Amino acid sequence: MAKTPVTFTLNGSAKAAFANPGQNLLDFLRREVGDLAPKYGCGQGTCGACTVTIDGETMLSCLVLAQAVEGQDVRTASGLATGATLDPLQVAFMDHFAAQCGYCTPGMLVSARALLDRNPRPGREDVIEAISGNLCRCTGYEPIIAAILAVANGKARA
Amino acid sequence: MNDMTSEGPMVEFRKDLFADERDDNLNEVGKPTRRQDILGHVTGRSPFFDDHLFNGLLHMRCARSPHHHARIRRIDTSAAEKMPGVVRVLTGRDVPVNLNTLLSLLDFGLDDEPLLSETKVAYIGEPVAAVIAETEAQARAAASAVHVEWEVLPHVLDVEEAIKPGAPAVLDIYPNNKFVYHGKYDHQKLRYGDVDAAFRGVDHVVEGRYQMSPIEQAPIETCGAIAAPEQNDRYVCYTSTQALFFSLGTAAKMLKIPSSRLHFIGGTVGGGFGGKVDSIHEPLAILGTMLTGRPVKYAWDRAEEMQVGAPRGAERWYITDGVMANGRIVARKFIGYFDAGAYTRLSSYAIIKGVGHLPGPYTIPNVYADVFCVYTNRTPATAMRGFGITGVDFAIEAHMDKIAETVGMNPIELRILNAYRDGDMKAHRREAKNCALIECAQVVAEKAGVTLSPEFKAATSMTGGGGARAALPAFTATDEDGRVEGFAATSYAKKSGASSAPVPGAAPASRPARVQASAQSPARPAAQPASPPSAAPVHTADPADKKPARSGAMRFSSLSGFRRR
Repeated sequence: MAKTPVTFTLNGSAKAAFANPGQNLLDFLRREVGDLAPKYGCGQGTCGACTVTIDGETMLSCLVLAQAVEGQDVRTASGLATGATLDPLQVAFMDHFAAQCGYCTPGMLVSARALLDRNPRPGREDVIEAISGNLCRCTGYEPIIAAILAVANGKARA
Repeated sequence: MNDMTSEGPMVEFRKDLFADERDDNLNEVGKPTRRQDILGHVTGRSPFFDDHLFNGLLHMRCARSPHHHARIRRIDTSAAEKMPGVVRVLTGRDVPVNLNTLLSLLDFGLDDEPLLSETKVAYIGEPVAAVIAETEAQARAAASAVHVEWEVLPHVLDVEEAIKPGAPAVLDIYPNNKFVYHGKYDHQKLRYGDVDAAFRGVDHVVEGRYQMSPIEQAPIETCGAIAAPEQNDRYVCYTSTQALFFSLGTAAKMLKIPSSRLHFIGGTVGGGFGGKVDSIHEPLAILGTMLTGRPVKYAWDRAEEMQVGAPRGAERWYITDGVMANGRIVARKFIGYFDAGAYTRLSSYAIIKGVGHLPGPYTIPNVYADVFCVYTNRTPATAMRGFGITGVDFAIEAHMDKIAETVGMNPIELRILNAYRDGDMKAHRREAKNCALIECAQVVAEKAGVTLSPEFKAATSMTGGGGARAALPAFTATDEDGRVEGFAATSYAKKSGASSAPVPGAAPASRPARVQASAQSPARPAAQPASPPSAAPVHTADPADKKPARSGAMRFSSLSGFRRR
């Protein structure tokens, strides 16, 4: 079967690549586009390691067909830093020990960024709700919640 | 980096405890610090095994047993080989040395597990063929087209059912479904003092049965490996393994090639928790590369991770304690059944570790344990965070609460009463040093708002131990229960590797396969010194009555080395 060209925006840059028939966005981003930040954890929409935003909405890229992002704005954890300048969330995750193995971290950061973009002053419950689709097996979540709240409360270093 | 959080110090130092055990000019401990690998984690650049891209990557998927226990009459891969995208289908015949036990690298245990089973399967999900195809979907479709003729066998899923006479033999080489320890016994023994004599003089005998379930490590990154041909006839292998050299040695053994031809790259592990030591993916991925000349990835999907990924093994414990009216435990007996599942993996070792830990952190003058590594037709068990210890610790601590209830005592005070103190003799005949359970229990009570009586509030690990509590039992009751013959007494595995493997599929033997025909009969344990059983010590007194710990004893601190206190 023929491959399908997909033109979209990835972390602010125009991209075009060929998608295999039936290829999901996760596999497409990793294999065809070369953005390795989204991770495979389950392939069935339960772990959140593949979380990206599409037009500002958090989505599980393992459940999205690659062709569906034609013309859309896709953002991954690779786009959080601007050059050598990290997103405050990335700094806060480092300072709060909010990652151990690091495998859930890219998806976790995307969910956290999406939360702060729509609600810059979330409460603890908002943070828990926002990352409820991202499983972490190492940290027990508390350091992650603390890191996100530190940014929200302006206590993290910029 | 000290202004990271506004919540104050992350570690509370108690200046009153063990002050002479540590220096206060610590460089890292007690201060927030960044992980050395965390920049890669937060930028999504940490190189996990699957983050290495290869042109022409092939994908491997396994055909698996749908049965708990079955003999393989025939494996027909012809249909799978004709499926779109299929490059090669592997069966056990393609594996140079298709039998291994993980700890054979330490010369411990019989080779018992094939990489791809040829004659028999012993658990649901056991792999019998590996399909290599251009895409994962093609490999998946072709794996389901591998046809196997099965002869379904009776199976056993419960540890105590498995060791009854007449139970189906999970592994031909352990016909009684029990691992053989030290070439002598079908269980691991601990004998210290005489529990049966002690039980006769106690106020309460408290019994309990405790059952722990298997627990899946469930790392967010599933287990996997990618292998590719390298220059100079070498193979590179990117792997999620937690045990790089374990996996390297296992791959070299099963593929029968020198480890110098294998280039392993790992160390970035997307969560392991013990579940990434089994070294299954590396040999299969490398074998796929050897036979196709192309890069091959073998990784579990989530369903496989959860179903065939080896969990923490289930454990069943029976504990019988002899307790005096004042709460002092004077005898403790364990019968433990560790569910290894279908193959040994690391369960045999978990039990050795667990038995070394008995009877928990308590000074008990009479201890007995028979712990069995039992084979069942369940998923093989392996390592997971403190395996061998956590299960029995749950049993012990639940039992401590039961004792507290029986004697009508505060459960924290009961633990302080029975806790190891410096200088006490432990059941495995080593002196207890640097004890801290009493201090931990006191802090727990304080944090939980539990008021301890002054006597227990004043107790310390540094006093009250030693003396009579340091004495070895005058008499230890021993026995020859569970004695087996026919296993080599010193070493389980021959150095020659595969040739020592018992023939799989051989008729289930009424005797274990003779691994090494020992010229001389196995050495019998030396006769026990004849001591009157009445000498079994029964400590009933409160430890606080004992004379203080020997002053000036050498203490070891990992920080300051040996030091006299």
